[in-house]
Amino acid sequence: MPALPLDEAGKYVAGAYAVFVVLILIYVAIMAAKLQRIERELGELAGLAEKRLK
Amino acid sequence: MHATYGKGLRTLSIATVAATALALSLVFFYAPLDADQGFIQKIFYLHVPLATMALVGFMIGGVYGILHLRSGDARHDMRSYVAIHMSVIFGVGVLITGAIWAKASWGHWWVWDEPTLVSFLIVFLLYATYYPFRYAIEDRDRQARYASVFAVTAGAFVPLNFLAVRLAESLVHPRTFATAEGGLPGEMWLTFLVSLAAMALLWTTLFKFEMTAKNASAQLSRLRRALDRGAGSSSARIAPGVATRPD
Repeated sequence: MPALPLDEAGKYVAGAYAVFVVLILIYVAIMAAKLQRIERELGELAGLAEKRLK
Repeated sequence: MHATYGKGLRTLSIATVAATALALSLVFFYAPLDADQGFIQKIFYLHVPLATMALVGFMIGGVYGILHLRSGDARHDMRSYVAIHMSVIFGVGVLITGAIWAKASWGHWWVWDEPTLVSFLIVFLLYATYYPFRYAIEDRDRQARYASVFAVTAGAFVPLNFLAVRLAESLVHPRTFATAEGGLPGEMWLTFLVSLAAMALLWTTLFKFEMTAKNASAQLSRLRRALDRGAGSSSARIAPGVATRPD
């Protein structure tokens, strides 16, 4: 198969790199949600520990 | 678990961003256009490093599996899990970018009689069974032990599979290294190696990031258990918290 012209090949190349970026962004978003949960639970535990000390 | 996995994460992240920026600059402004494939060959600088790191990550998961079976240290099981988890994510990227390249180059999203594609899919599907296999076992120790055996067995399958495919005659899938025509020119080699280094740094950063989160989660569980013990069995217990096992 001959090489695709630049305008057509560009769409595929952009698509491949965009998929990679989206994949990483999805991963980072999931991790951010997990870290938020950890932070929230840590806050709850800190509050509980403070109550017990009083 | 007292390890501090977050140490050096910032430096690693900066190095990853710098290496990725350099790799992208080389890909689009330095590496020459491939005489045969033209511009779509630029996908190669993303697809092949992704595939390499996915397969290396699976083997790293196997190595940690061996360390876990030898020592019984739960941290090695956690590392094995995270290595496989990262590589499955990279594997999704490999399959999608490969399909895009195949469509542009061959006119088909997938070619079933191409051993490299099918063998990678088999490896990917094998590791996709890791999660249900792992979480089907409730007992924590057994879960970790069986998961390590899986990681070692599947990890050994990866290089064998790679060699088998290399030995097989392939007509259509391009070879990255040492083709009969002499392989890549210098500029493409340099670009490829920088792209591979950037991908290795990204894998390592995400691995460390995930380990840091898992470790924080485990520490939180310890704290919750300690507070539960302090509260005694009569008082209200703290709501179920973050699991120490990989989730």
